[in-house]
Amino acid sequence: MKHIWVIAKRELGAYFTSPVAYIFLVIFLLLTGFFTFTAGQFFERGEASLSAFFGWHPWLYLVLVPAAGMRLWAEERRSGTIELLMTLPITPWQAIAGKFLASWIFLGVALALTFPVVITVNVLGSPDNGMIFAGYLGSFFLAGAYLAITCMTSAMTRNQVVAFILSVVACLFLILAGFNPVTDLMARWASPAFIDTVAAFSVVTHFDGFQKGVIDTRDLLFFLSLIGFSLFATGVILRNR
Amino acid sequence: MRPRKTNTLMIKIENLVKTFGAKRAVDGISFNVERGEVVGFLGPNGSGKSTTMRMITGYYAPDSGKVSVGGNDVVESPLAAKRLIGYLPENAAAYSDMTVVGFLGFAAEIRGLTGGAKQKAIGRAVERCFLSSVLHQSIDTLSKGYRHRTCLAQALIHDPEVLVLDEPTDGLDPNQKHEVRNLIRELGKTKAVVFSTHILEEVDAACTRAIIIDRGRIVAQGTPDELGRPLEDVFRRLTIADTVKA
Ligand SMILES: Nc1ncnc2c1ncn2[C@@H]1O[C@H](COP(=O)(O)OP(=O)(O)O)[C@@H](O)[C@H]1O
Ligand SMILES: [Mg+2]
Repeated sequence: MKHIWVIAKRELGAYFTSPVAYIFLVIFLLLTGFFTFTAGQFFERGEASLSAFFGWHPWLYLVLVPAAGMRLWAEERRSGTIELLMTLPITPWQAIAGKFLASWIFLGVALALTFPVVITVNVLGSPDNGMIFAGYLGSFFLAGAYLAITCMTSAMTRNQVVAFILSVVACLFLILAGFNPVTDLMARWASPAFIDTVAAFSVVTHFDGFQKGVIDTRDLLFFLSLIGFSLFATGVILRNR
Repeated sequence: MRPRKTNTLMIKIENLVKTFGAKRAVDGISFNVERGEVVGFLGPNGSGKSTTMRMITGYYAPDSGKVSVGGNDVVESPLAAKRLIGYLPENAAAYSDMTVVGFLGFAAEIRGLTGGAKQKAIGRAVERCFLSSVLHQSIDTLSKGYRHRTCLAQALIHDPEVLVLDEPTDGLDPNQKHEVRNLIRELGKTKAVVFSTHILEEVDAACTRAIIIDRGRIVAQGTPDELGRPLEDVFRRLTIADTVKA
């Protein structure tokens, strides 16, 4: 546990010593603002909720999370520091967990910095703050799932751009599997049972509940197993480097 | 200095083999290193020095053969083995976004040193590697020599019993080379040291024993005197086949 934290601390330091982190945070906040208030028609909806805010997160994270996580392993491989890391007296698992946690904390900070929307909606009306909390929780786990996938793709290559693209494609699949326009299209030829099975793998399906204020353990388990599986795969990839 | 038993076996390598695709990089290497020895690992470029060192430090798993460090099999109990080792990889990779002192602090904490012990370890490594003038400089702004010594300081941070140094004098100017060789010789009095090089004068300057390898095999070993002189002729005679073939 201590080793995980030493790794995570180093990784967090790497985020905040580079200007990239601050640029990332600004872009993150600008985009959430844009999607919520302009594209999401927050004011026009006339309802005291953050559905305009959370509804965009699966799409927003599609680009932002791979961007935040792509360097995790690719950069270690490019610079050769992976040799140092893997010959330190820690298990690969500790290194993987430490790096993942650092990035997840970073994304958590970005998400926490969106608190003005919560204040705004509370000033304008009286929203269900429990629902908002569930939305934030779901959003955090959604980010974690994308991030774990990015860890995996980042471990595959020494090129951050390749890691980014692979991760976007993988996450896009996880959205589209349960995205209404796609399921409607599939309904023309596939059985409803098949569509449900495919949709069960979609992050959208599992994120929906959180947005409605429902914290379902099955949804949490889905995200946790996605994280667990991706990090496990990261370990396998690193072992066969 | 406390007198130590000098005949303790620290690195034991038996019949090590590593193949990359069709290329057999290491082809049945065996040797031992005891405490108090500085073993120079010599060979032309591409002869398998780095690959061997990567198997000693647990970065590569051998295809066959065994490595044990301080009695711990590197494959079966990697953590116990790695705790005893200080490793300077080839090209001296270091986290370029960190400062020298931050990087050494990280290395110390990973080795379980905190508080006063950590500060002491950093101070000692900084002094040994002459880094005090760049302590708070970011590693990506360091010259190659300083960068190399920063990575060397990382390897020394926990005062390890075993040192594996892959081309420790690579990229240093003559004065720095001289200092590092002296340091290696000094460290070798109480530790088991293996370092690779293709600079022959280093054998005389720092080694108690040299192992010459060529195309993944040991072709000669012994003290510099046993190998014969001039060393350059011995080296060329033993390893020239590679150059002729290439
Ligand atoms: N990761 C690798 N993949 C493929 N070939 C490798 C790899 N590492 C080393 N080799 C090959 O193995 C041989 C020995 O390399 P190396 O151990 O680095 O030699 P040295 O350190 O003595 O210069 C070289 O021919 C090199 O090309
Ligand atoms: Mg080499």
